[in-house]
Amino acid sequence: MNGWQRKDGRKGIRNIIAVAYLVECAHHVSRQIAAGFPDRDVHVIGFPGCYPNAYAERMMIELCTHPNVGAVLLVSLGCESFNRRGLAQAIAESGRPVETLVIQRTGGTARTIAEGRQWLAETWPLLDAEAPVPMAPDELIIGTICGGSDGTSGLTANPAMGRAFDLLIDDGAACIFEEAGELIGCESLMADRSARPELAAEILAVMDKTVRYYATLGYASISPGNAEGGLTTIEEKSMGAYAKSGASEIVGLLKPGDRPTTGGLYFLDVVPDGDVRFGFPNISDNAEIAELIACGAHLVLFSTGRGSVVGSAIAPVIKVCANPETYRNLADDMDVDSGRILEGRGDLDQVGREIRDLVLAIGDGAETRSEALGHREFILTYKSFEPIGPSCLPAA
Amino acid sequence: MADSDSLTDNRLLLLAPADNVLVACVALGAGTTLQIDGEAVTLAADIGMAHKLARRDLAAGIPVIKYGAPIGSTTAAVAKGDHVHLDNMKSDYIATVNDATAAVYDGKAT
Repeated sequence: MNGWQRKDGRKGIRNIIAVAYLVECAHHVSRQIAAGFPDRDVHVIGFPGCYPNAYAERMMIELCTHPNVGAVLLVSLGCESFNRRGLAQAIAESGRPVETLVIQRTGGTARTIAEGRQWLAETWPLLDAEAPVPMAPDELIIGTICGGSDGTSGLTANPAMGRAFDLLIDDGAACIFEEAGELIGCESLMADRSARPELAAEILAVMDKTVRYYATLGYASISPGNAEGGLTTIEEKSMGAYAKSGASEIVGLLKPGDRPTTGGLYFLDVVPDGDVRFGFPNISDNAEIAELIACGAHLVLFSTGRGSVVGSAIAPVIKVCANPETYRNLADDMDVDSGRILEGRGDLDQVGREIRDLVLAIGDGAETRSEALGHREFILTYKSFEPIGPSCLPAA
Repeated sequence: MADSDSLTDNRLLLLAPADNVLVACVALGAGTTLQIDGEAVTLAADIGMAHKLARRDLAAGIPVIKYGAPIGSTTAAVAKGDHVHLDNMKSDYIATVNDATAAVYDGKAT
C-alpha cells in the first residue's frame, strides 16, 4: 500500500480537504464551498448545535486531524458557542494547513463561499505536491459496523468480516468493533475474551450501563425491518453482530476519540456515560461510523442484510452484503457478496480473505462503491462521556 | 456451513450443536416437507429466508438457543417445524417493539 505521511507521524489512505461547519447556520455555505470542486475529495463535516458540548468538540478535533485529512477549512457563523480557535489551533499543531472563515465577519453567504473556494484552490497544489509513502498493514486501523441487519447478517457478512479482522490482526492491524447496544446478551462472552481481568471488568461495566440506558429509553436497538428479516430479540441480533469481532483476544476498550495504542482487537463504547440526557446513543449508522473514524479508523467495514447504501465523509466504507436477494437488488452499492455463502457459492474463510484483500486494495487507493457513487454522509450530535479508565488500554 | 446434520435438510442451517432452532437458508413455503434430525416435517406456515423454525417441540417459557447462546424465551408452546418468531418468543432483556407506527406521531392532536 501507499499512504500519505502526516507531520504528526500518522499516515492516511486518502488526501482530502475537510470543510467543517461549526453550527448548522454555516452548513449551507460549507456545502457551497465544497460544491465548487465536484471532482476533488472535498468532504463536508460539522456540528449542528449552537450550545457547547465537550464530546462534539473532541470529535471535531479528532476528525479534522484524522490521517486521511490533508487540510481543513473551518466555517463559523460567528455567534455560536463552538470553540473555533481551539479547533483551529489543534489542526495547526498537527501540521495541517487550516483557515477559519467567519460568515458574519466576511460579509455574508456569497463572499464567504468565494473566499472559501479561493482558499481551497490555493491549498490543493500543496496537497498535490506531496508524494505518497509506503504504508504497511500494521499501520492500518479498521472499524466495523452493521446496519440494516436481518437474519442473514449474522450468518454470512458478520462472521466473514470477523475472519477478515482475524487476518488483519495477524498482520498487525488495529481493528475496532462497537455497538454495545447490539451486544446485549454477549457480556460474558466478551469478558471471557478480554486480555486482562481489569479490562473484563471494564467491559462488563459498559454492558451494565448499556442495558440500563436502553431500558430507560424503552427501546432495544432492534427495528421492525430487523424483525421482518428474521431477527426476533436484541439478544439474537447481538449474537449475529458479535460475530463481526472475529476470534481474536480483546486488548482494549475505547470511547469515541480514543485511539488504539497497539495492533489487535478493540471494543469501542459508544453509549454515553451518566444519566440519559440527549436521547438515543446513536440516531443512525453514520453517527457510529463517525465515532469509529474519530478513533483513527482509516476505513470501515459495513455489513448489511436489508441493504444500506451509505458511505461516509473522511474514510471509505466497504459494504459487505449479507443477503443474496438484497445483493441482486442493490449490487451497484455493494462491494462484497457474502450472501452467496447461503446459496453454496463460497464459504466464510473464502469471503473473509476476499474482504481482507479488498481492505488492502482500498487502502492503496482503489475506490469503494459508495465513494464512486459520491456518498459522503456525516452526522454528529450531542453526547457526553467520562474518560476511559487506566486499565482500558494495553501497555504500548 | 458443514455443521448441518446430514439427517437435516440442507436448506436448513444448524448454527451450533446445542441449538433448539434451525435457520432457513432460503424462503420455504407452507406445505414444504423436509427432514429435521431424521424425521419428515411438513411446514404449517411460510418461513422467510434467515427466519427460524423449531428443531424440536418447545415448551412455553424455555430459552431459545441459537449460535449456542440464549436469544430469548418462548412465550407459548412451539411444535417442531413451526416458525419461531415474535408471536411465540420474547427478549429476556428489553422487549422488541415491532409496531412500526407505535412511536410515530399520527398527525392528530392529542
